[in-house]
Amino acid sequence: MTPTTTWYLVLAAVLFGVGVVGLMIRRNPLVMFMCIELMLNAVNLSFVAFAQAFTDISGQTAVFFVMVVAAAEVVVGLGIIIAILRRRPGTTIDDLVELKG
Amino acid sequence: MELLVFVLASAMVLAGAIGVIAYNNPVHAALGLVLTLFGIAVHFVSMEAHFLAAVQVIVYAGAIVVLFLFVIMLLGVDRAEDLSVEPFQIQRPLAVIVGVAISGLVIAAVVRGRSTLGEQLESGVPGDDNIRELARSLFSDNVFAFELTSVLLIVAVVGTVVLTRRQRGGANK
Amino acid sequence: MLDVVWLVPAFPLLGFLLILLFGRRLGEPAAGYVAAAAVFASFVVTVGVFFDLLSIDEHHRSHVVTLFQWVPVSSLQIDMALLADPLSVTMALFVTGIGFLIHLFAIGYMHGDPKFSKFFLYLNLFVLSMLMLVFGENLLVTFLGWEGVGACSYFLISFWHTRDSASTAGKKAFVTNRIGDWGVMLAMFLGFQAVGSVSYGALNSAAESGSLASSTATGIALLLFVGAVGKSAQFPLYLWLPDAMEGPTPVSALIHAATMVTAGVFLMTRMNPMLAAAADWAPTIVAWVGALTALFAATIAVAQSDIKKVLAYSTVSQLGYMFLAVGTGAFVAAIFHMVTHAFFKALMFLGSGSVIHGMHHEQDMRRMGALRKVMPITAGTFIIGWLAIAGVPPFAGFWSKDEILLFTLARSPVLYVIGLVTAILTAYYMTRQVIMVFFGEAKWESHAEDNGAHGDFKPHESPPIMLFPLVVLSALSVVGGIIQLPSFGIIPKGLRHRLEDWLHPVVAPGEAVISGTSAYDAKVWLALLAIGCAVVGIALGVLVYGRRKLRAIEPAILADGWRYDRGVSAFMGGPGRKMFDAIAWFDAKIVDGAVNGVATAVRSTSGSVRRIQTGNVRSYAGVIGIGVVLILVWFVVLRGVM
Repeated sequence: MTPTTTWYLVLAAVLFGVGVVGLMIRRNPLVMFMCIELMLNAVNLSFVAFAQAFTDISGQTAVFFVMVVAAAEVVVGLGIIIAILRRRPGTTIDDLVELKG
Repeated sequence: MELLVFVLASAMVLAGAIGVIAYNNPVHAALGLVLTLFGIAVHFVSMEAHFLAAVQVIVYAGAIVVLFLFVIMLLGVDRAEDLSVEPFQIQRPLAVIVGVAISGLVIAAVVRGRSTLGEQLESGVPGDDNIRELARSLFSDNVFAFELTSVLLIVAVVGTVVLTRRQRGGANK
Repeated sequence: MLDVVWLVPAFPLLGFLLILLFGRRLGEPAAGYVAAAAVFASFVVTVGVFFDLLSIDEHHRSHVVTLFQWVPVSSLQIDMALLADPLSVTMALFVTGIGFLIHLFAIGYMHGDPKFSKFFLYLNLFVLSMLMLVFGENLLVTFLGWEGVGACSYFLISFWHTRDSASTAGKKAFVTNRIGDWGVMLAMFLGFQAVGSVSYGALNSAAESGSLASSTATGIALLLFVGAVGKSAQFPLYLWLPDAMEGPTPVSALIHAATMVTAGVFLMTRMNPMLAAAADWAPTIVAWVGALTALFAATIAVAQSDIKKVLAYSTVSQLGYMFLAVGTGAFVAAIFHMVTHAFFKALMFLGSGSVIHGMHHEQDMRRMGALRKVMPITAGTFIIGWLAIAGVPPFAGFWSKDEILLFTLARSPVLYVIGLVTAILTAYYMTRQVIMVFFGEAKWESHAEDNGAHGDFKPHESPPIMLFPLVVLSALSVVGGIIQLPSFGIIPKGLRHRLEDWLHPVVAPGEAVISGTSAYDAKVWLALLAIGCAVVGIALGVLVYGRRKLRAIEPAILADGWRYDRGVSAFMGGPGRKMFDAIAWFDAKIVDGAVNGVATAVRSTSGSVRRIQTGNVRSYAGVIGIGVVLILVWFVVLRGVM
């Protein structure tokens, strides 16, 4: 039995779920960022699976762009985290509550 | 054969993912991420997306994770986080429910839609042509988006430099 | 001149603005002259408009000058437009003419008053409003003037506001008028709903052509009549007019004798097609209210001892005659009586003002007497006014009253008898007043100290500026009847029915035709009967107050106005106040409570909802996760991807 597209999609869904769980559980900002990367990768996987299933190259083009944007996002996000954590070393995400209404 | 590759690669992916969320030490979590990314790259290759597999390894695993590690080292957040304590009672159960629900529902949808996806897996595009096809698509249909991403990268770099500059007097804006 | 008819209200407006800006600098008497000049200029333009109208042929004597679009709201289109036709020009002529004379009088009367300029400010504002009322081409412009004269009446009645009674009287006038205004407003709404316009042309042609349902026409006519009852002081809304005598006498003369109170009659005449299209019982109501008010007020006037109160009740009574005329379809007679009444009533009010001025502000008739010896001109002109109101030919009042009685008899003998009795009473109480003030023994010598006079108190004649208007008005009261002489054999054909011919195009739809009735055939006898009533009344008055052959009957209940005013005050103070308190409570607790309650509810809800903003990123992530799950549920489970 060869893996079908469905298998890849199921794997992507599970990976995405793991990423969501990690995002909600972890308190270290950097690890939360890594969980976001997990989710993005799950999406990339499903894009490529679809690209192969429908013989359409635009799935892979989308992945290309997702990767570029993810890279840019990581750069900026880490910059922000540096900016915050430099001031208050050792803070976790639970301590950053300035937006409390 | 393909099945074996699939199973091994999926094992890598999932093991790495569990590692990301389970390890206390952020450095270990980063290593788990690297494992996941490699697994994904293997999947890309098996789906005849060779270029993307290469990019995945070089950019994602090679650059982004390295960036993460730099920051971890720079800020000294390699001290382990205590995962046994959860300040919000509801957060863990909620996370499990949400995670299971999301993956469950998507899987359900995918499984139901099996028939439209078809069983065929052979790629209509031989591997050698993958990069040509990708390039063709990128530089003709999506050239505008392509140019914009270059702008985006520059903006991201400039923005980050501005964000992390040390002001005089130590105030970070 | 017709195209610049807008100059007629523009001059008093200019006077008002000049006095508003420079009044204090102008001072006395310049402010008065400015005001009088403005009204005189209006009068001149009105005369010009009158002659212009005369030159147009009878069937097209109606000219509309639109100044600007006032209310352009889709289906409601109202212009600020002036309508120059025989009726409005007639009204404007005597408003501006008599207004000018009263301005002159007031310059002398208000001499020395610290608020001299303010008085003329309000007077000009009043003339402006009255002219807008009269020249209005649609109900809304008229209503603008209607409200304006009400407001000016309030200002002027409570002019000496430091006196409690004056400010109370002003408030009473305004509030009572307001009840009438409600009627006019409802009539406007009803008219708009039925016809789609509030302009007289549209409303009246709809009524004439029969496209207006009879019930609608009745509703509009009666609602306008409610307004007229308030403005023209008919029963039950007449209460404010006797109290309005608190204002300075020129105010009483101008507003409460000649102009504002006639606005109700004018409005009914203007809308005569509506009254004609209404159900038959509607004009009957108008006639009966008018007749009963006339009788009622005449009985009260018999027992009043304040010189101005007698004239006030007399005005209510004469206005009753005018409404009686309107109700019986005698619109020309109503306007005729309005004009002659303006002459002699203004004359008598100004005369009483002259007396009050000469007696150093004494108003009680029982302290006067034999004034004809010290104030001859005032006495002479007042006597002319007396003869006019009593209905002695050839003075003006006789002709107009006789015309009204003629139409009344043609309609209903009962009303005619009421009219006759009122005529007798009118002659009686006016004779009483004249004798008490100008004849008999001089009672003012024994009351000299009461007036704060020093030593020998002697009333004096008024200055020429106050006597001039008296003389002019008395001349008009003598010859005024000439505008509408009946067709008796002895009167030359060219002089007959001038006013009727002039007003014919305006009042034709509503004017009753009585040429075939038995009353008309007997009109010479009726005229003689009217003269007889006048003579009887005068004779009775002379017998009671002059020769003292009969005892004076002045029961307290009449002096108190049949306790009606007292009854209304008691009601308003007692159950009325409870009702008002209840409504105020309802407004404060329930209406305001509902509004405030909504605000409070929103605030408390937002207070509890606010707690979702914890500031904690992970809880936000949790909520987003829940949202995503819900969306997936929707798509996968509910929408049947599943």
